[in-house]
Amino acid sequence: MNAFWIILTGSLVATCCSLLGCYLILRRMAMVGDAISHAVLPGIVIAFLLTGSRDSVPMLIGAGLLGVLTTFLIEFFHRYARVQADASIGVTFTWLFAIGIILISVYAGQVDLDQDCVLYGEIAYVPLDLWITEGGLNLGPRTVWTLAVVTMLIILYIVLGYKELFLTTFDPAYAAAIGISTSVWYYSLMTAVSITTVASFESVGAILVVAFLVAPAATAYLLTDNFKTMLLLSVVAGILASIAGYYLAVWIDGSIAGAIATVTGIEFMLAFLFSPTRGILVRKKQLQPVQH
Amino acid sequence: MIIQVENPVVEVHDLTVSYDRKPVLWGIDLTLPAGSLVGVIGPNGAGKSTLIKAMMDLLPAGSGYVRIFDKPIAEVRNRISYVPQRESVDWDFPASVFDVVLMGSYGKLGLFKRPRQADKDAAMDALQKVGMQSFANRQISQLSGGQQQRVFLARALAQNADIYFMDEPFAGVDIATETAIIELLRTMREQGKTVIVVHHDLQSATEYFDWVVLLNMRLVASGPADQVLTQQLLEQTYGGKLTVLTKVGELLRKQEFPARES
Repeated sequence: MNAFWIILTGSLVATCCSLLGCYLILRRMAMVGDAISHAVLPGIVIAFLLTGSRDSVPMLIGAGLLGVLTTFLIEFFHRYARVQADASIGVTFTWLFAIGIILISVYAGQVDLDQDCVLYGEIAYVPLDLWITEGGLNLGPRTVWTLAVVTMLIILYIVLGYKELFLTTFDPAYAAAIGISTSVWYYSLMTAVSITTVASFESVGAILVVAFLVAPAATAYLLTDNFKTMLLLSVVAGILASIAGYYLAVWIDGSIAGAIATVTGIEFMLAFLFSPTRGILVRKKQLQPVQH
Repeated sequence: MIIQVENPVVEVHDLTVSYDRKPVLWGIDLTLPAGSLVGVIGPNGAGKSTLIKAMMDLLPAGSGYVRIFDKPIAEVRNRISYVPQRESVDWDFPASVFDVVLMGSYGKLGLFKRPRQADKDAAMDALQKVGMQSFANRQISQLSGGQQQRVFLARALAQNADIYFMDEPFAGVDIATETAIIELLRTMREQGKTVIVVHHDLQSATEYFDWVVLLNMRLVASGPADQVLTQQLLEQTYGGKLTVLTKVGELLRKQEFPARES
């Protein structure tokens, strides 16, 4: 049963991260996803200090606000201080993440979080934190419920905003000209990334979140020329990585999050080599007839 | 020589636009007549693209205002279409030709609504107008420059707008595409649409446009093509650049002996 809960947790995180990741990589913003996943930390800690509980809702709000603040700061430094985009990202998120770490260490006694958990997550402990109703009914791990709700929200967001997200990602200038607000979709996407990140955080840790935000989407990008197929394939790649990663971890008796992240990397390498459209091997073959 | 018109489709008043506090356009004051093919012409860095972007309110104006159909732009967005520069998007994007053309229907559909059959028909119809119907399912990364330009044009056509802003639609396209595009623009004008085109080729300007805006950070001239495209006004527009000046003279001479049949 534990294996089932752990794989389910991984798959839920994989689903929402991969879907959003497709938009991030096509907007050339993969590193912004990375930045947000770290920068939400002070938001979580502040929400925790204010409410004194590890309740999901205040944390999601705190993280959502911090996520939007992060994207805003990145934009601001880039545009007004004329710092390069990557430098702006680097400065903003390390700084915010560091503030989060300081807050955790200062209030260590009051905050039920630690640095290790933030970075590596504790997916193995997911099945231990059960949601048991007052009547004594066991509803399964708490995290799974939170993640299921967040995943539903993300899917709903993408289904309802599909054409706007598609257009503002492909051609923002045209979108703005015909009256579709690019900033509404930009900031709502960033909020979605923040919420996903914080919901995934505790269970899988920042490193696996970053892997899930980028690798499955990049893998899917190499495998198809159709955007809807890309969304679907990224989810498949993410879920497969969760399953394979879990058994890899059991086999080598190592970190589950680490093993899952490794599998996402292996998937990318396989796509890179064997993709029917963009794979290195296929392209070599196509080139050969030209060289006599 | 700045000619103002009665009942303009576009009215630009005292428009100034800056990038990083450095002005790119200064005090532009112009009006454009309805149902005309307008060419915006000037040297590199003259602010041609900036002008049409500011007209559509895609860039913040430092001062002044723009009115389209005598209304603020926000109220007439569904009557505006835009053909951005080809290089402004990533053509490796996972989308088909049809996906891109269908985007033309997004503005009118509004939030949460999906394209209906009528929108799909309009998209196919637009593709047919640019001669690309057989490419509908083609991945956009497999298109040539001219084909990319036709796809962008088809997307704008599918929108069925009343005013079209086009940024360098003739840049880097083959002759066949250029001819096809200008034919299309003329048909649109006959249907009473207004088309505003950023253009860099002086030689074809007289032939293509009936209204010309000469620009070099400031507005040099705005009026009927035959009155505006004079040696003196062109020198004012391209002034100070000797190499360009000789080129302009050369081009003007060539105009009397067309370099190619039209």
